[in-house]
Amino acid sequence: MMIPLPLFVAVPLAVAFIVPLFGQKTKSAATVLANVATACLLILAIYIMRTGQSGIYRVGQWSIPIGINLVLDGLSGLMLLTISIVSFAAMLFSIRYMEQYTAKPKFLSLFLLMVAGMNGVVLSGDIFNLFVFLEIASISSYALVGFGCEHEELEASFKYMVLGSVASMFILFGVGLVYGMTGTLNLAYISKTIQLAGLNNGLYFALAMFIVGFGLKAALVPFHAWLPDAHPSAPAPISAMLSGVLIKALGVYALVRVIFNVFGVSIPIGWILITLGVLSMVIGVFLAVGQWDFKRLLAYHSISQMGYVVLGVGIGAVVLAQGKDPAWASLAILGGLFHLMNHSVFKSLLFLTSGSIEIATGTRQLKQLGGLAEKMPVTRTMCTIASAAIAGIPPFNGFWSKLLIVLAAVKAQFYGLAAVTVLVSLVTLISFLKVQRYIFLGDLPDNLKEVKESKGSMAWSMGVLAGLCVVMGILLLWEPLREQILTPAVQVLVDNVYSSKIIAMP
Amino acid sequence: MLYSMCFLLFIIGLYCVLVKKNMVKIVLGIVIMEYAVNLFLIMLGYRLGGIAPIVGQNDYASGAVDASFTQASVDPLPQAMVLTAIVISLGSLALMISICIRTYERYGTFDITQIRRLKG
Repeated sequence: MMIPLPLFVAVPLAVAFIVPLFGQKTKSAATVLANVATACLLILAIYIMRTGQSGIYRVGQWSIPIGINLVLDGLSGLMLLTISIVSFAAMLFSIRYMEQYTAKPKFLSLFLLMVAGMNGVVLSGDIFNLFVFLEIASISSYALVGFGCEHEELEASFKYMVLGSVASMFILFGVGLVYGMTGTLNLAYISKTIQLAGLNNGLYFALAMFIVGFGLKAALVPFHAWLPDAHPSAPAPISAMLSGVLIKALGVYALVRVIFNVFGVSIPIGWILITLGVLSMVIGVFLAVGQWDFKRLLAYHSISQMGYVVLGVGIGAVVLAQGKDPAWASLAILGGLFHLMNHSVFKSLLFLTSGSIEIATGTRQLKQLGGLAEKMPVTRTMCTIASAAIAGIPPFNGFWSKLLIVLAAVKAQFYGLAAVTVLVSLVTLISFLKVQRYIFLGDLPDNLKEVKESKGSMAWSMGVLAGLCVVMGILLLWEPLREQILTPAVQVLVDNVYSSKIIAMP
Repeated sequence: MLYSMCFLLFIIGLYCVLVKKNMVKIVLGIVIMEYAVNLFLIMLGYRLGGIAPIVGQNDYASGAVDASFTQASVDPLPQAMVLTAIVISLGSLALMISICIRTYERYGTFDITQIRRLKG
């Protein structure tokens, strides 16, 4: 059975408007409803991946270039699955975590609006519609970053909102330019026009606008200034969502979709991607090492890990544009996309453990913590698993995707890039050894003698993600699963058939 | 030429966002950027001496909609886009202003050089 694609947007959107109607006394009902919504989305996404569905949905039955369409292909499916997993875990975590805030139903509503926006972005087959969904997700995330209304949160929210709005305006300007040059807003038809007529100066300008706009949303260096403030200031489940999926769905996914499927790859564009990726990797990780605020450290690591994703995709783009063996391009893009998925799992787990530590001890300054290994065994185990995954220690999931990226760089004869990738991984390991040392080992400060371990939904949601960190390697190693989940997503980017496929669809 | 004027307005807004120290002025800079983009979108669809692209029920049958009609009529799609963009910018503007007010309540100033608790 083909699932109607608007459900992915409609379910969270509808629940987002129902949830705020619940008052303070019935807020547990609101919590249950919101959790049911994210669980439904997870089930729908898994069902779509299992049956390997693809197709398009025409909104209002209008035929394609006239009406808006939603497209489900391998890449959208992969993103939907990632978003659903992380939002399910973060929502489960917030059942207990958000009890310390007063306006819980409003939080749930904004959370679901953000999920609706992200699902819309990855499904949209129309560039203006993509912009609208991007704004839905962005505006709710601005509000969520400032949710606590304390000094730092408001400051971070304002900074994030200014840069986010500037990014949105760049993207809208690009959309206008593309419409002016090609006369259509449908991604497939824009791509067809570009394939027939080639790129002119206006379209190059639009592409530059998109790279700046989506680069700002993805927080790639040099557009990263807002991320280390915004992500730590949000409540922990929202940090997990922002670092876990928002920067990927709004930034990297949109960038990759526009470059690979609409404008087409070329060598200079591939090198721009590689440069952005390497800069993010190196600068992000070196800024992270010196941090003493746990969440801020994680935020800088997000920048660094997004660099891996963009680097993998960029190597793929260069290899494709050079006309070398597409198998190497596939390998690089596979590494990039797999790392995207892995990063969303282990980084959201790390942010959830930081929330667990913060709620138990009241601080997230590494120097004020210590010796929590015995007091918080569950959190400690989860944090160790996630740290091992992000540092690329086998057999955790981060290792496999980093290995793929390094292999692809070597195969494509970018030895320098391979060396940088390994080096950055080493620095990541050092910085997470520091985290382990300062939080869980050493002497227990006197004021933390009474610390209690997080229980219930918080422990369960962390457990789900930690389990995924351990077993996700089989997505790559076990062929049937790889063919089901990862290969279709890579195919979408490597085969240049996005537009012809959609135009030919009945 | 006119398009480059739009871009100039966009750059003025960007300059305002990057250089000004007052939070309200930064918000105004973003609004200027939004206006520049909206103006650009409207101009994309405009035709000198254009007519409204309204088609009645029997116009196709009677031959009133022909090549000259499509040549002369204004493109309606950018106008629909601008309406959507205005609604979105209204939403984000309201949120931005409310965050400015909350920040003023906390810090007692709009000057971003004095609102510096975050570092790094």
